Amino acid sequence: MIDLLSVDFMQRALIAALLVGTVAPMVGIFLVQRRLSLIGDGMGHVALAGVAIGLVSGAAPVLTALLAAVIAAVVIELLRAKGRTNGDVALAVIFYGGIAGGVVIISKSPDGTPANLMKYLFGSILTTQRTDLYVFAALALLISVTTWALRPRLFAVANDEEYARAVGLPVLPLNIVLAVLTATTVVVAMRVVGLLLISALMIVPNATSQLVARSFSGGLRWAIAFGLVSSVGGVALSYPLDTPSGGTIVLLAVALFVVTAVVTGVLARVGSRRHDVAETHAHEHGAECGHPAVTHGDHVDYVHDGHLHAAHEGHYDEHGVHHDHPAGPTPQAEGADGSTSVGTAPGPTTGSRP
Amino acid sequence: MRTAPLLPLEPTSTDEVVTLRGASFGYGDGPVLSDVDLSIRKGEIVAIVGPNGSGKSTLMKGVLGLNERVAGTVTLFGIDSGDFHDRARLGYVPQRHTLSASVRATAEEIVATGRLPRIGWLGRLRATDRQIVARSLDVVGLADRAATEVSTLSGGQQRRVLIARALAGQPEVLIMDEPTAGVDAANQHVLADVLDRLVERDVTMVIVTHELGALERLLTRIVVIDGGRIRFDGTPEAYAAARDRVHHDHDSHHHDLELEGNHPSLAHGPLDVSRTDGSRP
Repeated sequence: MIDLLSVDFMQRALIAALLVGTVAPMVGIFLVQRRLSLIGDGMGHVALAGVAIGLVSGAAPVLTALLAAVIAAVVIELLRAKGRTNGDVALAVIFYGGIAGGVVIISKSPDGTPANLMKYLFGSILTTQRTDLYVFAALALLISVTTWALRPRLFAVANDEEYARAVGLPVLPLNIVLAVLTATTVVVAMRVVGLLLISALMIVPNATSQLVARSFSGGLRWAIAFGLVSSVGGVALSYPLDTPSGGTIVLLAVALFVVTAVVTGVLARVGSRRHDVAETHAHEHGAECGHPAVTHGDHVDYVHDGHLHAAHEGHYDEHGVHHDHPAGPTPQAEGADGSTSVGTAPGPTTGSRP
Repeated sequence: MRTAPLLPLEPTSTDEVVTLRGASFGYGDGPVLSDVDLSIRKGEIVAIVGPNGSGKSTLMKGVLGLNERVAGTVTLFGIDSGDFHDRARLGYVPQRHTLSASVRATAEEIVATGRLPRIGWLGRLRATDRQIVARSLDVVGLADRAATEVSTLSGGQQRRVLIARALAGQPEVLIMDEPTAGVDAANQHVLADVLDRLVERDVTMVIVTHELGALERLLTRIVVIDGGRIRFDGTPEAYAAARDRVHHDHDSHHHDLELEGNHPSLAHGPLDVSRTDGSRP
């Protein structure tokens, strides 16, 4: 490891991996939420055209790629907002126009070798220059701060766009901001993961985190953790294995996903065998069901005929006998025919609630 | 506990929450709903009833500014809808259960999004906002499910999460699209009890529905829409008297109307829910 860190370009590559592993899943979770998992892929295609223009004109490829991807991002969001039926086709035109233009323009540049093209498409730790690193760090900071500041609003718009529009949230500006964040992430990750694989680092850690998370904020934290393990681990492995960094990172991310899926699957199976499901009853436990609510560890149980019932997915779990409320007449009788007894509760009781 | 989801009562000139004058709405290819005159005042509990495709959802989306107004005027709280920007005063409870299934989120996280229109462009939720979110969940009877992942909740509970989300914005009127659709009987009664609680808090409500069901006892007014026009507008008592006339030209494939007593044999039967709240304005 010390050997690894002492190599100059490996230091740069690991720092770049840290940046990419953090920001890519942060932005990616909103793409997963909006079911736009593949849009990062398209922006990578367009960024290649930007890289090519940079190589031919002598400008910094990172900046021209950023410019191309951001312009494409804004155009894509505006097309989507128009809601035309051919919007999907328009995206395809932009994306494939981008990658085809990139390939053709690169062939005309002085460094236009197939090897050079491969570096941009699949990532190469060797290509990360010191000046690039400063640009990447600044962009990654910009992405993190913007995503953090706008997180509740990006979540609201991605969760329910129609509702967001009805209550007056600035839906189109927020969607454009997300598209620009995606484009910027593509460029930051370009050197490490490569333009064809960057979308994987935005999406796969999120796919893994959704297997273990129980909330949006938890999902975001897990995704960043999986993203960091994949990117840093992938770069570190690619050196001794002598493999392309981008492919190694993505394979590691996919392996994490498969392992997590298997482990959570087995745990769920074991868990469902182990936990007791209470008898079914038509009514729903709540503040007004008449059954006393008691605290039980980290959750609330309801005392039902002396037994503790805890809400779990679509049913109630049996959490044992409650000693302060032994079995006896409950405040409400259940309809034996499965009909509810909720409606028999006397009147609204709001006034008495704390 | 007495939360105050309403802003202080304003002068009587803005007593009208929503006013439509000769309004027509559509989606580009001609209006779905034409020439509607409708005025909803503070404190009313209005059901907008009609079969699927009648234009009632178009009316609601028109009020919310989600579709195109082809003609006429829409006035919200005394302000022309073109100049009306404080859209959080309208609390929207959508029909589809739009709770995202693509990523996991807790009930509290969803309800917190309803608070966003009240905290500006870059504001964060403060302690008072968190309290309002918690109170909103409490009002709909889901205080103990705040940290539960929404996709594990039942359909009825998910509806109540959406109601809580609207309440978190402290709206002056709740506009609900088919709150009872796809909710089983037990949960419909829980839902009606929740709405009861909101009625006690003087929340103005506009309920768009194709079946009155468990909600009928709450209403102060019923508006029937069919074929893109208003066919009836009056009290539940007047509606009960007129319902055969209002619906007589419908075929039985409108299953919703069957439940409302389109069949003469059912018109005065056990399905008629007694209305206990007729004294409300």
